[in-house]
Amino acid sequence: MKKKQNISTILLHIVLIIGACIMIMPFLWMVLTSLKTVSESTSMNPFIFFPETFQWENFQTVIRQNDFLRLYFNTFAMMFFRVLCAVLFSAMAAYAFARLSFPGRNFLFGLVLFQMMVPAQIFIVPQYLMVDKMGLRNSIFALVFPGLVSAFGTFLLRQFFMGLPKELEESARLDGCNIWQTFWKVMLPLTKSGLVALGIFTALFSFKDLMWPLIVNTNSDAATLSSALAKISSAYSVNYPQLMAAAVLAIWPMLLVYIIFQKQFIEGIATSGGKL
Amino acid sequence: MKNKVSKKTRNEWCWGWFMVAPTIVGLVVLNIIPIFQTLYLSFFKSGAFGKGNVFVGLENYKTMIQDEQVWYAVRNTLGYTCLVVPVTIVIALLMAVALNGKLKGKGIYRTIYFIPMVAAPAAVTMVWKWLYNSQYGLINHVLNSLGIEKMNWIDNPKVALISISIIGIWSTIGYSMVLLLAGLQEIPRDYYEASNIDGASKVRQFFSITVPLVSPTLFFVLVTSIITAMQVFDVIYMMIDVTSPAYNSTVSLVYLFYNNSFKYSNKGYGSAIVMLLLLIIMIITVIQTKLQKKWVNYM
Repeated sequence: MKKKQNISTILLHIVLIIGACIMIMPFLWMVLTSLKTVSESTSMNPFIFFPETFQWENFQTVIRQNDFLRLYFNTFAMMFFRVLCAVLFSAMAAYAFARLSFPGRNFLFGLVLFQMMVPAQIFIVPQYLMVDKMGLRNSIFALVFPGLVSAFGTFLLRQFFMGLPKELEESARLDGCNIWQTFWKVMLPLTKSGLVALGIFTALFSFKDLMWPLIVNTNSDAATLSSALAKISSAYSVNYPQLMAAAVLAIWPMLLVYIIFQKQFIEGIATSGGKL
Repeated sequence: MKNKVSKKTRNEWCWGWFMVAPTIVGLVVLNIIPIFQTLYLSFFKSGAFGKGNVFVGLENYKTMIQDEQVWYAVRNTLGYTCLVVPVTIVIALLMAVALNGKLKGKGIYRTIYFIPMVAAPAAVTMVWKWLYNSQYGLINHVLNSLGIEKMNWIDNPKVALISISIIGIWSTIGYSMVLLLAGLQEIPRDYYEASNIDGASKVRQFFSITVPLVSPTLFFVLVTSIITAMQVFDVIYMMIDVTSPAYNSTVSLVYLFYNNSFKYSNKGYGSAIVMLLLLIIMIITVIQTKLQKKWVNYM
């Protein structure tokens, strides 16, 4: 019995390790290619796995030709403001929907649910026309614009607030806190895990967003990492080491943050899905 | 009337309205009004410079029904969804079950399987495009050394959608797995112990305990994966150019919407396409909600 179990555990590990290799291989190949010369990358006979010397100048060339500092700044500014708006506004609305009673509450919450059920592409053309009319294309504001409020975040945080015991608020109110103070000082700190989950979720999906930055910020100095890569991809079509260097430059910041905060990341994603 | 509402209640109303105001105003301006604007736009033909919109009634919809490319896009979108969603969910569920036990190193596996999720699709697709490269790509090289003939993964119309689906599966397995794993952890251990005493096999346990009890999470993962898959854009946009011979067999509804709205600046026609997407997603969602009663167990 024991022996049989050992064998099945080993088999399971073998399957999982093969799976893990498939998950990592593209990233490994990206890094290796980014350090090769063009002829090394296209050499088939002999097939070259490791570069002979690391070609750091691939990175230098890509950085020289594309203002990556600018791209990092645009991308992180977009993520920062989207997270800030989503977390702040959603927490306020979520608390009101969960705990306060006021006329129109159910109807307004219905709007929140309705937004979540509609595919996002339906908003894009009118949103683009609005930004265009305001004359704010090619700006950080344009990047943040669709993420100023978050129906998903409102729904998610409402679940968190509803899970908290009512007694806490009642005693806070008895101690003389008004509604805002009860929300800000008592309830908000208790939903920290929900706020973190929403923050991670929002940051990750704005980082990955491609279509909106592509449409609204067409100037290369207003692009994000994703939308700039789309242009680089067609411009360098055959220089694979430089293409891979650009991909490395776009992938590493989020990957690093993920590796450091992997527990928060995975738990954040799991709770944001599990609470729905 | 005014006297019936106490000062305290009115105070609560005001705070309520004040606190939902930013979100509701934002939703109305950014989402609710745009839904109607998109519907409205779909009855217009956009002029050459995007200014002079001409009312054409149902013309866009008529053109759409006769447009072969729209039907290709419907077929491709559904095909992509049918390839990606079942494979992802089955693998993710099996992985989640494997990682739910006392396996050594399960944290490391979980971390690794989730990595593709944190990489931007634009970058990931560039990497896969290089792996798929017909002349110098790693995949063809490996296949070649195994004695299998090289394939044109990107430009062959018969293969391209599968290549795209592989990227889709690879990047979403970790996400579904993490959600399912969270669902599995809710199942009480006692159920498994009791069935162990009764002598149930692992396979039997999987179908009689795990699947029914994780079914609410499974349903959630299924619904969100289908909706996400129906909106596929990034990977196809990065991989298949409009001039590619595989364009007709890979273009998705959202890619077609993007091309019509922003590349050819015919926002009216693009809007009509997006209404079609909305219709298809709504039909699928209704069917799923109906079917849900048959297989999802809420405890």
